[in-house]
Amino acid sequence: MTGLVTAFGSGAMTNSFDDIADEAQVYFIIGSNTTENHPVLGMRLRQAVKQRNAKLIVCDPRAIPIADLATLHIRQKPGTDIALLNGIMHVLIAEGLYDKEFVAERTEGFEDLKAKVMEYPPERAAEITGVPAEQIVEAAHLLAENRPGALLYAMGITQHITGHQNVLSCANLQMLLGNMGVPGGGVNPLRGQNNVQGACDMGGLPNVYPGYQAVTVEAAQKKFEEAWGVPLSNQVGLTLTEMLPLAAEGKIRALYIMGENPMISDPDANHAEHCLRSLDFLVVQDIFLTETAALADVVLPGSSFAEKLGTYTNSERRVQFVNPAVPAPGEARPDWWIIGEIAQRMGYGGLTYASPREIMDEINQLTPSYGGITYDRIGQMGLQWPCPNADHQGTAILHIGRFSRGLGHFGAVDWRPPAEETDEEYPFVFTTGRVLYHYHTGSMTRRSEGLDAIFPEPVVEINAEDAARLEVVDGQPVRISSRRGTIEAEALVSPMTEPGVVFMPFHFAEAAANKLTIAALDPIGKIPQLKVCAVKVETV
Amino acid sequence: MTETVSITIDGQAIQARAGQSILEAATAAGIKIPALCHHPALKPIGACRVCLVDIAFERALHPACTYEVRQGIEVHTRSPKAEEARRFALELILSDHPLDCMTCERTGSCELQDLAYQYGIKESQFPGTQHEYALDTSNPFYERDYEKCILCRRCVRTCDEINGVEAIAVIQRGWDSKIGTAFDGIMQDSPCEFCGMCVEVCPTAALQPRLGKQQGRAWEVEKVATTCPYCGVGCQFYLKVKDGRILGVASKWDAPANHGWTCVKGRYGWDFVHHPERLTQPLIRREKGGELEEAGWDEALDLVAQRFKAIVKDHGPQAFGTLASAKCTNEENFAMQKFSRAVIGTNNVDHCARL
Repeated sequence: MTGLVTAFGSGAMTNSFDDIADEAQVYFIIGSNTTENHPVLGMRLRQAVKQRNAKLIVCDPRAIPIADLATLHIRQKPGTDIALLNGIMHVLIAEGLYDKEFVAERTEGFEDLKAKVMEYPPERAAEITGVPAEQIVEAAHLLAENRPGALLYAMGITQHITGHQNVLSCANLQMLLGNMGVPGGGVNPLRGQNNVQGACDMGGLPNVYPGYQAVTVEAAQKKFEEAWGVPLSNQVGLTLTEMLPLAAEGKIRALYIMGENPMISDPDANHAEHCLRSLDFLVVQDIFLTETAALADVVLPGSSFAEKLGTYTNSERRVQFVNPAVPAPGEARPDWWIIGEIAQRMGYGGLTYASPREIMDEINQLTPSYGGITYDRIGQMGLQWPCPNADHQGTAILHIGRFSRGLGHFGAVDWRPPAEETDEEYPFVFTTGRVLYHYHTGSMTRRSEGLDAIFPEPVVEINAEDAARLEVVDGQPVRISSRRGTIEAEALVSPMTEPGVVFMPFHFAEAAANKLTIAALDPIGKIPQLKVCAVKVETV
Repeated sequence: MTETVSITIDGQAIQARAGQSILEAATAAGIKIPALCHHPALKPIGACRVCLVDIAFERALHPACTYEVRQGIEVHTRSPKAEEARRFALELILSDHPLDCMTCERTGSCELQDLAYQYGIKESQFPGTQHEYALDTSNPFYERDYEKCILCRRCVRTCDEINGVEAIAVIQRGWDSKIGTAFDGIMQDSPCEFCGMCVEVCPTAALQPRLGKQQGRAWEVEKVATTCPYCGVGCQFYLKVKDGRILGVASKWDAPANHGWTCVKGRYGWDFVHHPERLTQPLIRREKGGELEEAGWDEALDLVAQRFKAIVKDHGPQAFGTLASAKCTNEENFAMQKFSRAVIGTNNVDHCARL
């Protein structure tokens, strides 16, 4: 998100599913296994290609399902996205195919970008990415000839040490093509979880209050101090990926975790476990005894989506209701009630609410982009932020006519190799992701009968060529090790990955892919490089 | 401006949109024309012959679902000729359909049953050989009972026009026609993604979800609109609920992000809600290294509050961290960051947006 804030001034999906599905002439999908991870959007893109012949460029090292329909499937080596994008932009600029009017009127920093991408002629980009130069040229031509085009990405772009720069690079491409602020265009990060957008919007981040109001800005601090009646810190806090290591050093003493499972989702899981065990006091609030909750000193039973009233904000910034359908089991309680009770018992009454509606009233008061998103107005269709007041209809497409920051900013970026490269001992690139039938750390889908029946156990995808060399057959258990850990799983011999690359879903606690991954962080976005590390594969 | 045309249906003057079918124009005007193969989310094919209507000065009857409105046409949906043809089509369908409505899952929500009821067809005048197909229970999400299939092709069209993987088609010809995958195998061996959209649009019980089976009749079920708990697309659907338990998911066709479409997780992944491992009581580890033991809310909350206060007092607020949640609601996330900032006094609050 930091990348989009730098480029445009607002860190969210710029367009909406409807205009993307119905009006884009070309899709540029990079680092998103759309049909498996955002299946309904994937279905809509499939229909756009099938029914109205929209063009589709898929950039992914794996032969992901949506690549079957692609006009062009580019299989770059993991961790080489910037070289690829710079190579495409090189062609657009060198051949004069970019939107000169848009660049002149709506952007700044073009000369810097031009100087940088001129260092990436297709031949050099090809050398770094392993993609044939002709494909890089073809991609540029497809993008230039089919407008508007929508760029979609997910964690395949952000979970790298250069995640921030990867996002800048995506923004550069779309500004160069003039695909911003128009239906069927935009830079569209697909959020992996139902309310990751909302958790960010609500200030569940160490640097901002709700509505991305910086904790370091005095006016914001004053505003919230007045509203909440207590002095507040103006010191930027720690991210999750920073807190855990500090726990091992004794600098973080207590964690209060609501509905998260860092034991499975965090990189270098063995180290994450050590960190959590080092805490003086760990409280976990969840609906199951997750791997993280099992380490807690106190476990508090929260409520599932089916048991409570509230709102989620989807990827396209749409705030929608979740409604109580069944009673919570036993003594389980809504999470907002639990937080309020703890606050009350610590002597703070400002978190004692009668209902979620009362909390939304407060959100409306303090969060400009949510000012008009009230319980009386959300209704059946939801409302898309920014929606500053009760007369506003919400915003389907951002940056029409003007970027949030004024001019769009081209940030020239260089490709850098990943934090860990393959060597003789660890010759395979290891990359992670999700499968259609499971979700994140599996705490829900592994407990769903049908989903767990159809995809019951961890697998590691390996190319037939590598499998033959290692004398591994399909279904055979193998041991995969990195410098940080070892796991075992069944080999799935398939053409999904190219030789030299193995892939594993990270849903399975019994073979947690994140025991192998590296905790190297993107220094700006603080996102770990979950998509690339070096491993070896052996027969068991 | 959309062009309109004036037509009459059953004597009622209607302004229809140019390009609409008679069926769409009638539905918009509140006139119900019986139909089986038609589904508003799918392109019409005019296969079932149940929506046949009588158009003045036209010799033959025409399917209302595929016949485009034209200026001045006069449509009679219930003329004796149309009703006779409709009854004939229904009797043919029913001649090869099990009449086990007593135990059938779709009783009360079966479109064929509803029409048999309206037309008073107790048994078909055309008794004869019926198809015998084995019930396919091989996949974990839905059952395929092709004895109940009326070959309306809604499922085939759904798999093509909604999901797009084209896992199924009409295979064989004539009397042997049936819906199947390539080589008539099980769904797992096909490109099927189990999105369940075919099950949603099936007019009979040919396709039935396994979850919720024999647990509730259509009229006993309450539908609660809500938003999916999985990915960030934000699909909305109805949870079908009876006696405090979820029995299934139904499409919400006016949902803004997904227009009624679902994936396998949204459609069939909700049963974790009733999983026996759900936490139902606070748990406390009364001594380091000990086991987690059940506790009451007061004991747990007092302990948490007291330990939190002590840690902040001894080590300062910066020794404390909170994790809000990409799974929880906006209201809960707002409360959590407010807790961290206003009660503890630290901005050490984050969630797994990066993971």
